[in-house]
Amino acid sequence: MSVSFLWLIPFFPLLGSVVNGVIALSTSHRPHAAGRGAVSVIGCAAPILSFLVTAAAFLQLRGLPVDGRALTQSLYTWIAAGRLSVEAGFLFDPLSCAMLLFVTGIGSLIHIYSIGYMGHDRGYARYFAYLNLFTFSMVLLVLGDSLLTMFVGWEGVGLCSYLLIGFWFGDEEKAIAGNKAFIVNRIGDFGFLLGIFLIFWALTGDGKVGLGYGEIREAAHQHRFAPGLLTAACLLLFMGATGKSAQLPLYVWLPDAMAGPTPVSALIHAATMVTSGVYMVSRLSFLFIEAPVALTVVAIVGAATAFFAATIGLAQNDIKKVLAYSTVSQLGYMFLGVGVGAFSAGMFHVVTHAFFKACLFLGAGSVIHALSGEQDIRKMGGLLKRIPRTGWTFIAAWLAICGIFPFAGFFSKDEILWKVWSEPNTIIPWLPKLLWAVAFVTAGITAFYMTRLVAMVFLGRERISSEAKSHLHESPSSMTIPLILLAAGSTLIGFIGVPEFIVEGGNRFHHWLEPALAATHGGGVHVAHGAALEAALMALSLLIAVAGIAAAWHFYLRRPELPGRIAAAVPGLYRAVAGKYFVDEAYEAAVVRPIREGSRLVLWRIVDVRVIDFAVNLVGMLSRVASTFVRLVQSGYVQFYAAVILIGVAVLLWVML
Amino acid sequence: MGAITLGHYVGLAVVLFFIGTVGVLGRKNALIVFMSIELQLNAVNLAFAAFARAHLKMDAHALVFFVIAVAAVEAAVGLAILVSIFRRRETVDLDDMTALNE
Repeated sequence: MSVSFLWLIPFFPLLGSVVNGVIALSTSHRPHAAGRGAVSVIGCAAPILSFLVTAAAFLQLRGLPVDGRALTQSLYTWIAAGRLSVEAGFLFDPLSCAMLLFVTGIGSLIHIYSIGYMGHDRGYARYFAYLNLFTFSMVLLVLGDSLLTMFVGWEGVGLCSYLLIGFWFGDEEKAIAGNKAFIVNRIGDFGFLLGIFLIFWALTGDGKVGLGYGEIREAAHQHRFAPGLLTAACLLLFMGATGKSAQLPLYVWLPDAMAGPTPVSALIHAATMVTSGVYMVSRLSFLFIEAPVALTVVAIVGAATAFFAATIGLAQNDIKKVLAYSTVSQLGYMFLGVGVGAFSAGMFHVVTHAFFKACLFLGAGSVIHALSGEQDIRKMGGLLKRIPRTGWTFIAAWLAICGIFPFAGFFSKDEILWKVWSEPNTIIPWLPKLLWAVAFVTAGITAFYMTRLVAMVFLGRERISSEAKSHLHESPSSMTIPLILLAAGSTLIGFIGVPEFIVEGGNRFHHWLEPALAATHGGGVHVAHGAALEAALMALSLLIAVAGIAAAWHFYLRRPELPGRIAAAVPGLYRAVAGKYFVDEAYEAAVVRPIREGSRLVLWRIVDVRVIDFAVNLVGMLSRVASTFVRLVQSGYVQFYAAVILIGVAVLLWVML
Repeated sequence: MGAITLGHYVGLAVVLFFIGTVGVLGRKNALIVFMSIELQLNAVNLAFAAFARAHLKMDAHALVFFVIAVAAVEAAVGLAILVSIFRRRETVDLDDMTALNE
């Protein structure tokens, strides 16, 4: 169904970004005179208005029959070049609806939170201009109806991520973190772009190619893609996802991205942007489902990332770094879900994760705010009594990520685990059980390191420096109210996806997404004979979550000297984990330094100096030599010139007549 | 004596133009050179007017007015420049004005 109001959803944040950008530029020389009230109102109204339009569209979408559930709006012909003819248009179907509701909804909460968190910052207007621009790009990524529109949003969120990570660019380390995020993302984007090219190439037949999802879906149904080409295209697109969504081997930028302001970490690097890779795979589910090899790679990478990042999370001491590795790990879970063909399960985890991880990050921001900038969890402890609102909301989100019933993470994580177990793999028959085991162990590790975090920050003995203690205060209500709402979401949102074996039709989220996603070969949510097995696995994963919590409780609250002794017992392993397996160092040695040295020795000393500079100097030298002769003609005697003109005219006349 | 024909006019124009050209190329005083240029322009004007009369076409008159206007402008600007040069250098000798060849 074609509607005419979808453009409003990206328009409001874009307008907010422009207005706040103008305010930021016009007041840059006197930052404290900037109208903070106006900036706050504009900055927060933009995502809230978008959210309201999205909600209205959602209600309209719900009223439509299941088969026709899609609102579209075509704006204009964007690119018309040869065979390529791309329309700028929007597609609002159940998938983009689910994504947009939490992007604009949670985005609004984080904007409001930022009023309190960034209240003292000099770059207040600039911050909101970037944040609005990010919301615009993210909406464009989700709402676009073709691969190219998605790519514009994809690059836009990357740019905003870079701008916001390096928001405090006066600090060189933070500026470098921004550069790192941008460059690593570019590597992934390169693959993404090649994937788009491949699809374009495969679609080029007699007619025009618009790269719209409907068109690609049609082609996939008619099997117009050669299998090898399809696998290559899917793998390349997934390469883009590994960059944007921080998967192995391109995850290294996300932990460093914590240099940005904490609300940015919550919005961009936990709730929305990093999940766009999962969204992309789900959006192209009809393509990936035809390429089982690519899908298997997605699942393996997802499981490996989930496990790998979770182990690193065990030994981090920076509150935001723990959450960052946890995000990488949870993103791995999502890719594991979509990789086994359970696209709705992956998207379900995207939604629940957006709630509880945004709550965790904002809670961490509130803790950092309360402790005047302290991020080391060894210098925290016992904060639950001091900042109870932050503490209790954090605890709700903690139970959600651990997967404790009835919190949100329980439902989504279990659905993924069940799908991983039950969806057969056509290429490697024993793979599902292995992936399940990895995901299962990861669930335990997740519960362990998250409990460690909660125990060291909110429980146990106070280890706060006396200076931080004197300023210790609960955050303003502009920060705690979003926290409370997100905690409520983390607690309740799981009930939109109750497993079918408990309540028939209980997995409303899955049924909502069904028309937009490719059907899995395993038969969707109805696996009749598996009810008992599913219940058993569910109990098992609840058990390992509880075991992880209990173990961490024992280690960090009852016997706090134990972790140190264990670390001392296996010093090599501990150093490897605490040092993040030295992946950054390995990349530095294997990639960064060779490129830098190669650039210095070959590109600069030889290509630049000996070739390019030489060529430029040669041209200059030649013209100088030539001019020493030619300048003799320019004697400066006007009458000589006049005589030359006369002779010239005479010769011309003689030739012509 | 026969009537004055087109040939007479054109001949006069050629002679005037030649005198002007010799003046432009040969004299060193910038003012004289200026006057010579005016002579050349008016020689051309004379030729135009003569041809217009002979062929009974008005087009050439337009060109003549154009040349007169340009000549007036040129004289105004050129003389202003010469006055400035004279104030700085106390000379209007063309052979002294070769600063640009350095």
